[in-house]
Amino acid sequence: MTLFYLFGAVAVIASLLVIAQRNPIYSVLLLIASFGALSGLYVLLDAPFVAVIQIIVYAGAIMVLFLFVVMLLNAPQEDTELDMRVHPMLRPGAMRFGTVLAVGLVAELIWALTATTGSASFQPGPLISVATIGRRLFTDYAFPFEVTSVLILVAMVGAVVMARHDAAGGKR
Amino acid sequence: MPSLNDYLLLSAILFSIGTAGVFVRSNLITILLSIEIMLNAVNLSFVAFGRALGSADGQIIVFFVMTVAAAEAAVGLAIVIALFRHRESLNPDTFTALKW
Amino acid sequence: MTPLLIAQIALTLIIFVALLSSAAGMVYFERKVAALLQQRLGPYLVGPKGLLQPLADVIKLMFKEELRPRAADPLLFALAPIISATAAFAAFAVVPFGAETTLFGLLDTPLRLQVADVNVAILVIFAIASMSVYGIVLAGWSSNSKYSLLGGLRSSAQMISYELSYGMSLASVLLLANSLSLTDIVNGQSGTWFGFVPRWFVFLQPVGFLIYMTAGIAETNRAPFDFPEAEQELVAGYHTEYSSMSFAMFFLAEYINMVTVSAVATDLFLGGWHGPFLPVSLGWIWFLLKVAAILFFYVWMRWTLPRYRYDQLMAFGWKVLLPVSVLNLIVTAAGVLAFGL
Repeated sequence: MTLFYLFGAVAVIASLLVIAQRNPIYSVLLLIASFGALSGLYVLLDAPFVAVIQIIVYAGAIMVLFLFVVMLLNAPQEDTELDMRVHPMLRPGAMRFGTVLAVGLVAELIWALTATTGSASFQPGPLISVATIGRRLFTDYAFPFEVTSVLILVAMVGAVVMARHDAAGGKR
Repeated sequence: MPSLNDYLLLSAILFSIGTAGVFVRSNLITILLSIEIMLNAVNLSFVAFGRALGSADGQIIVFFVMTVAAAEAAVGLAIVIALFRHRESLNPDTFTALKW
Repeated sequence: MTPLLIAQIALTLIIFVALLSSAAGMVYFERKVAALLQQRLGPYLVGPKGLLQPLADVIKLMFKEELRPRAADPLLFALAPIISATAAFAAFAVVPFGAETTLFGLLDTPLRLQVADVNVAILVIFAIASMSVYGIVLAGWSSNSKYSLLGGLRSSAQMISYELSYGMSLASVLLLANSLSLTDIVNGQSGTWFGFVPRWFVFLQPVGFLIYMTAGIAETNRAPFDFPEAEQELVAGYHTEYSSMSFAMFFLAEYINMVTVSAVATDLFLGGWHGPFLPVSLGWIWFLLKVAAILFFYVWMRWTLPRYRYDQLMAFGWKVLLPVSVLNLIVTAAGVLAFGL
């Protein structure tokens, strides 16, 4: 139980810092920390395969992609001309309203979840092995599997085309 | 021992943190990062339900969600790069006109 | 505090110290082998036959001044070598190097010669290898200098490109072994065919072994693939601005990554700790001999082959190695179906 609180606290605090940081590099690194905590939570949920895949795919590949883009763009930190004393999340206008909406969302979700009676502990059951997942992927979920591979191909082609330098200027 | 509700509460909190990030931040990359937070929160609730019901479906759906998130991050970042090259800014408010 | 727990804690400490000394030993080994390949003597002054040379190197590095450029990001500059070194040590945590022993009957339950026995061990090694990319890219970025940034970006692009072929060659071994746990994979290689040919996977998967070694060399930024830290092209790449112990951390991380790649190659392809003439409980001696042979191969490659240019390196990784590894996977799958291995 303490492990759950530890990982949960790390995930929540890291995510809060992600959206509160001004420097996008720190945001990416904090998100990696949050993914690590989530991976620990997956291990607690008896899902070691998903935990390791989370590290390999999310923290090891997608976040490297984000980091590369942030470094290559070398973007100036956002809104340097606005008032820097007030935090972005509390500025009047759309931002403050957005924060209010998000707080309203979390309050509503917490109310909805605590009103139900799902507080029983998990039943000890058979550990779902990688072999089981593999077998189901290729039998019951074979069609989504193939479609996902086509999706990745399309995304690859699309990303290469979008990010290409065009000699004549302007996109084609 | 944490119960299913504990995991769902944590997932809800993470999801709303991601939503707050999308509403509030004015940096395209941070908005994409907040979308990733939301997807991860959903992954957590899938795995928690899969464990509670004793089926492998939760983990398999998470597999697909991660793949789709990877594809979406790649294309989204390519779009961000193209936009940045055009306007030298990552603030979504500079892209309000429908003209390129 | 059962005796097993005490034995496990002691084993973890022994592994940690052994990895540190292996890095020091690799410094000496590399310089001596390089010298002999180049027909000169190498270190011979410090200690008998130059054996204390690594100690002299460490003391020199400790006494150097720790510099930090003014424009460098202080948090990331300090964090990058820590990430590199930590990932290097962590990857070795799931590598088994011997059979279960009861320490000559002292323990009731056998002790696995591994820090952690995870049943998805191969994936954990792959995951931590993905993490070590961050040490390099953050080092390049936080130094705030153009050589470091270029070296860091190139090096991490190289590492993530060769991770694909690395993973595919691992997957081919998984097909033969039917398990993700490294202990099971090694135990699947015990015994012999015809009485004298050991059942190592390298005989069933020669192409896979070559792909794994090539991708492993590229992953650790060594030998013909070390363009990002080439002295002639990029000053020193991502660790240009580092000195003293931070620099030592990067080198420690590089050598320990080499040891990890060699250890995993031994477990996957060369039969781990199984070998003739010795009982299985002393199998770790065979393990050390095989790892030493692969490390010699590493050093030999570095001082024999010229360096790849960066575009040649990336073209090789994507256009040659990846298709070959996918083909290897398909052929292995067909073979497993056909021969029912």
